[in-house]
Amino acid sequence: MSVEVNERQEPAASPAREPLVRIQGVKKYFPITQGILFQRHIGDVRAVDGVDLEVYPGETVGLVGETGCGKSTLARVIMRLFNPTAGQIWFEGRDISSIKGRELRDLRRDMQMVFQDPYASLNPRKTVGSIIADPFELHKTVAKDKIKGEVQQLMELVGLNPEHYNRYPHEFSGGQRQRIGVARSLALRPKLIVCDEPVSALDVSVQAQILNLLEDLQNEFNLTYLFIAHDLSVVKHVSDRVAVMYLGKIVEIADGADLYREPKHPYTEALLSAVPVADPNMARRKKQIILEGDVPSPIDPPSGCRFHPRCPKSKSLATQGGDSGGVMPMCTEQEPELREMAAKHIAACHYPVEARTIEPDPQT
Amino acid sequence: MGRYLIRRTLFMVLVLWIISILTFLIFMKLPPGDPARRLAGKATNEQILAQIRENLGLNKPLPVQYARFAKGLIPWPGMWLNENVYYSWSNRVAVKDEIRKRLPVTAVLTLGAAFLWLLMGIPIGIISAVKRRSLADRAGMVFALIGVSAPTFWLGLVFLFIFYYKLGWAPAPGFEIRAPLWQEVRDGKFTLAWITLAITSAAFYVRIVRGNMLETLSEDYIRTARAKGLSERRVTYKHALRASLTPVVTILGLDIAGLLGGAVITETVFELPGLGAYAIERLNALDFPPVMGVTIVAAVFIVVANLIVDIIYASLDPRVRFT
Amino acid sequence: MPEPLLEVKDLRVHFPTDDGLVKAVDGVSFSIQPGETLGIVGESGSGKSVSSLTVMGLVTRKQADITGEVIFQGQDLLQLPVEEMRTIRGAKISMIFQDPMTSLHPYYRVGDQISEAIREHRDISKKEAFDQAVDMLDKVRISQPKQRARQYPHEFSGGMRQRAMIAMALSLNPDLLIADEPTTALDVTVQAQILDLIDKLKAEFNAAVIIITHDLGVVAEHCDNIEVMYAGKIAEYGRTDDIYYGPHHPYTWGLLNSIPHLGTETERLNPIRGLPPSLINVPPGCSFNPRCPYVFDRCVRDVPELIPEDGHHAAACHLSREDKERILHEEVLANR
Repeated sequence: MSVEVNERQEPAASPAREPLVRIQGVKKYFPITQGILFQRHIGDVRAVDGVDLEVYPGETVGLVGETGCGKSTLARVIMRLFNPTAGQIWFEGRDISSIKGRELRDLRRDMQMVFQDPYASLNPRKTVGSIIADPFELHKTVAKDKIKGEVQQLMELVGLNPEHYNRYPHEFSGGQRQRIGVARSLALRPKLIVCDEPVSALDVSVQAQILNLLEDLQNEFNLTYLFIAHDLSVVKHVSDRVAVMYLGKIVEIADGADLYREPKHPYTEALLSAVPVADPNMARRKKQIILEGDVPSPIDPPSGCRFHPRCPKSKSLATQGGDSGGVMPMCTEQEPELREMAAKHIAACHYPVEARTIEPDPQT
Repeated sequence: MGRYLIRRTLFMVLVLWIISILTFLIFMKLPPGDPARRLAGKATNEQILAQIRENLGLNKPLPVQYARFAKGLIPWPGMWLNENVYYSWSNRVAVKDEIRKRLPVTAVLTLGAAFLWLLMGIPIGIISAVKRRSLADRAGMVFALIGVSAPTFWLGLVFLFIFYYKLGWAPAPGFEIRAPLWQEVRDGKFTLAWITLAITSAAFYVRIVRGNMLETLSEDYIRTARAKGLSERRVTYKHALRASLTPVVTILGLDIAGLLGGAVITETVFELPGLGAYAIERLNALDFPPVMGVTIVAAVFIVVANLIVDIIYASLDPRVRFT
Repeated sequence: MPEPLLEVKDLRVHFPTDDGLVKAVDGVSFSIQPGETLGIVGESGSGKSVSSLTVMGLVTRKQADITGEVIFQGQDLLQLPVEEMRTIRGAKISMIFQDPMTSLHPYYRVGDQISEAIREHRDISKKEAFDQAVDMLDKVRISQPKQRARQYPHEFSGGMRQRAMIAMALSLNPDLLIADEPTTALDVTVQAQILDLIDKLKAEFNAAVIIITHDLGVVAEHCDNIEVMYAGKIAEYGRTDDIYYGPHHPYTWGLLNSIPHLGTETERLNPIRGLPPSLINVPPGCSFNPRCPYVFDRCVRDVPELIPEDGHHAAACHLSREDKERILHEEVLANR
């Protein structure tokens, strides 16, 4: 078991390689306007507020966070489905932050997306064969008479019966529709596939099938994945490295196993504690951290560290220091930078976590 | 809220202005023939025609002519539909006065019919939705289909034929206007018109109410209401109906506003001297000022009604905010 | 053994549709004791929601063919006249639902919606009911409850709306609270808050709770007993520890093997092959047989009974006890 784990981690380890995707200082603001006749710009929804990230070829980077953290927006900015408000994006060393037209269209061959809702992301009026053939027809990469063959090959690859070429989406189950989406994204043999909550809408047993499929395809085609989900256990399972987002910023990045064993950011700790564990003994031993309040709005993020109003660590430190009911002053004044806390493990926190969240099970 | 009202008012002014320009262009540019010649009658000569053109300003360039009419749009005493411009080219009667005389007729017709169609449409819609697929539902849908398909003029003529001509239950259609109209109402001059207009309109409301109710009844909050142990009646009326009727209010407001501008067909069939009949009559005579006047009045009704129903909608649905 | 609070006996709920008879619930029997938390786990189409909706009387005989018994505090709810059932629904048995964003009426204030529930079952004044509603909002840890009660649902966040639903459900001190996927639509940190709240309030109000979910983690952490449902029937039933550490049904094995565990390094998930069955054309014999890795000839012929092995653990599977234990130890536990 442990041998296999090592094998999978290898591709991401070597620092000498160039990242496939690199983003720096990326921001995406959605303007809020108000006015009588002419709309005045009075504020912004700061969906993504300054993110740096690197994704290396062949690895799977998981992006996890709750509502309003900006993970979906970030994915779409990387895919250039949105234009970044600020910052730069490099793909294979090339600056793609503001390319347009033909250049942008050609880029799409290298970057594809699998969407969350298998019921909404397929055009109900098109046959499955036509949906999967779309990329070929748009980019003219395959001769017209060869398209059907290619499509059927793809269908087989994702576990669908190629004879169902002429069926419509509504004739398939949720899991099968998701396979169609995967086939479509694979058509042009992209280098990067961004999976935006690809299994959230599926039943548990079907989830596992799709996750295994994604893994198999990654090995076969040497794909790089950016995997976005809110389910931490799923993300940890598929990812080499995991990035945790909160309110438009990345608060921690580490290898999946490290993140779980030794989270550094109090938010990550709370997130891990909140995930229900399908193991009653482990659940009983788990350190319970219940956050108060709801995720704040990205329109007016808190000052300093964005997590400070809900941070249990900051509050308990302040209480120990005599100020019960408040938080540590540095947390309200200064926004923490991402810095290396352990090997290949960065987090943005003034008072990172030291202790473990979950005691290891002596039996494993 | 204030900002919202200002913006809406500005848009209203813009819309009315555009309508006035379009109406002017359509009327002045499209119809064949020479208005001056028509008004002069048979015994005429160039001198009379020139005089008429002078009086009516028909010899001036089009933009100038428009400007004269445009002045009559300003809602200020002395300017609004002023008699210097807005008078009938046929008989010199001031448009303002005619509108004032005829509006009550149209109003009585509209409001009476509205009352009836709500009385018919809403309950049938509710029953259709609540007792889906039952006999009552199918009957309701047949009624709706007939009401929607039957042209108003046909239904009106059929009613006149049966109830006036054959049975003598309804009075002879048409009357001279004098205020107030109580006598005419008592005489039953409006009754058949009300029923005709109500049936054709009720049909729409049956379908709308039924559709909204069906949709609302499948909402999660209805399930919650039942889970609380509320009676089915309470669930239907307090929870489902309340949510379903909000869009109906919007449609109702616009329907009434539209009819107030002249329920042309109904008025013509039943010879009711309302705004609609007036506009048609004057249009046939190629008499422009009254047509312009009625069009503007009708447009004002609709545009103001639009604003009012939006405000009412917001007061009914707390989720709607004024931006 | 004390008298169970609720006892469901051979409940069957069949919906006649244009495509055929949908056997949403097909022979479900279980019971729940006062103060117990029961988890009903299943995927979509398992019948977990329909069984509870039927207990509540929200699925009626006009909509489906219902047979069986639902004995609550000595009475068979399925035989009760509608009016009497209404006095129980919302007062003795309450339910909260999955999507808090749409479960409250958008036009009425939250406090009014709660007091409406109270006044339906208690003869008290409007003011008194509203005060009680404010009190309940406080109990579910909504800050500034008095102001919040006067607000509309759209002014509440998702987590707060779910709390308001819980407040409404508990306002009449029910003996049983049914929570149908109460946290599926919520963020995970909010999920933890809500489940923690339900645990605490359950003790305070002395209520039994049924949690319906597809999330095996949720039931592991919060339930005393678990029922695993598949295709309208109960596949396995037992104490939480039994289900997780000693499951005896291939479907349960499949479920447990197909979820990624946070704590362990699982290299590859073992999904259950195939798709959930149609509820119109249910496979003959054991409905799980097309997907079961251990299927043998009897499985296609006979419907397995839910036979308790000890008082508290029962699995509806034809495999012998020895086979089950063997597979459990050699394959299921070894893979964890």
